[in-house]
Amino acid sequence: MAAAVDLAPNQIVRALQLGNFEKAMTSDAIWTCVSCQTCSTRCPQSVDCAGIMDALREVSLQRGLASPAQKTVVAFQQAFLKNIQRNGRLDEIELIAEFKLRALPSQRSLRFLFKDASLAPLLQIRRKLHLRGEKVKDRALVRRVFERCKDGKHA
Amino acid sequence: MRLAYYPGCALHGSSNDYEQSLRACLGKLEVAPQEIQEWICCGATAAHALNHKLSIALPARNLALAEQQGFEDLLAPCPMCSMQLLKAAKLMDEDAGLRREISSVIEAEVSGRVKVLNLIQVFQRIGLDRLKPAVKNPLADLKPACYYGCLLTRPPDVVKFDDPEQPSSMEAIAAVLGAKPVDWNYRTECCGAGMTMAKEETVLELSQRILADAQQHGANCLVAACPMCHVNLDMKQGDIEERYGERFGLPVYYLTDLVGLALGISAEELGIDRHFVK
Repeated sequence: MAAAVDLAPNQIVRALQLGNFEKAMTSDAIWTCVSCQTCSTRCPQSVDCAGIMDALREVSLQRGLASPAQKTVVAFQQAFLKNIQRNGRLDEIELIAEFKLRALPSQRSLRFLFKDASLAPLLQIRRKLHLRGEKVKDRALVRRVFERCKDGKHA
Repeated sequence: MRLAYYPGCALHGSSNDYEQSLRACLGKLEVAPQEIQEWICCGATAAHALNHKLSIALPARNLALAEQQGFEDLLAPCPMCSMQLLKAAKLMDEDAGLRREISSVIEAEVSGRVKVLNLIQVFQRIGLDRLKPAVKNPLADLKPACYYGCLLTRPPDVVKFDDPEQPSSMEAIAAVLGAKPVDWNYRTECCGAGMTMAKEETVLELSQRILADAQQHGANCLVAACPMCHVNLDMKQGDIEERYGERFGLPVYYLTDLVGLALGISAEELGIDRHFVK
């Protein structure tokens, strides 16, 4: 993805080395990044650039620094985590609904809201559509795990 | 072979054709993976992008369950899941304090003795020498572009599998089946992964390059071992053709489809009739 972003992974690392955290944390790149691990794998200095991207996303989210253009991706990842927190496993239909509602304020378009609805019948005839997702039995345990991870940091 | 099975959310969701294929194919080879009871989502990109601790705790819980249920080997056919499981195991191996902390978070001990295997490694475990005589229908007409995507081989220090730049393990299996895998450039480039919903244009652009390169190098199909790669290259292929004004018409098979077909299993039994590109 390096060619398609405002700051390439090496430029992000350089900005951090120079103490320019703001520049790195507000970049589009950290939310455009698809976590393909290519930068970490190829870095001649063995810098874990993809791991740095994760850390930047986490801090950017905590400080509310994501720009409107990046908020759709943030909304998707947040909807995903909320979904697992409730069910233990992903419920695809619920995820799509929650993502669309979360992202709607920044997208502001009905086209966005209904864009993927046409996929439903195509998935249905292929027996790929599950109107009700699976849930684990001990969902209280899943909630406790999430609660204990709330601050994101470990010792 | 006693083998635990961690399907992950995709294989129990819209990628259930992958599970169908996997069960039919491995069943024919007398391998019956047993699903881990009460498995939970690995957290995928959402966890590692937003909450580091959760990205260790969720996979660790599944490793603990596999141990409790008496397994030593664990198949995770989704490379996202297998990478997250391996990463959690590695981080806890390197840090005893972290292992204790995560154990109390997930209310279970993880000794680290469970070995996580991707799909290709299961075929390697079965043995290509055993696979060869079982081939009933050599796939002589198939010229597959074997597509690894990102996480089967990356990050190399976590997954420790094949060569991250020039992998060859899938080609070796395809060759045993009588297919003629093509040499091409985009074997380990990313298809856009889980951005299908959140940033569709990224997926269309990256996947277009993969399909175009496969076509230019004479492939008549692609083979993947990842549910997300399959969604982006198969389900989205029509959208890609429309957006870029190109025609690919390249069927995308799961690796288990290819092995299954060669073993004499029908396309319907493998769920190939449920793919988008025929």
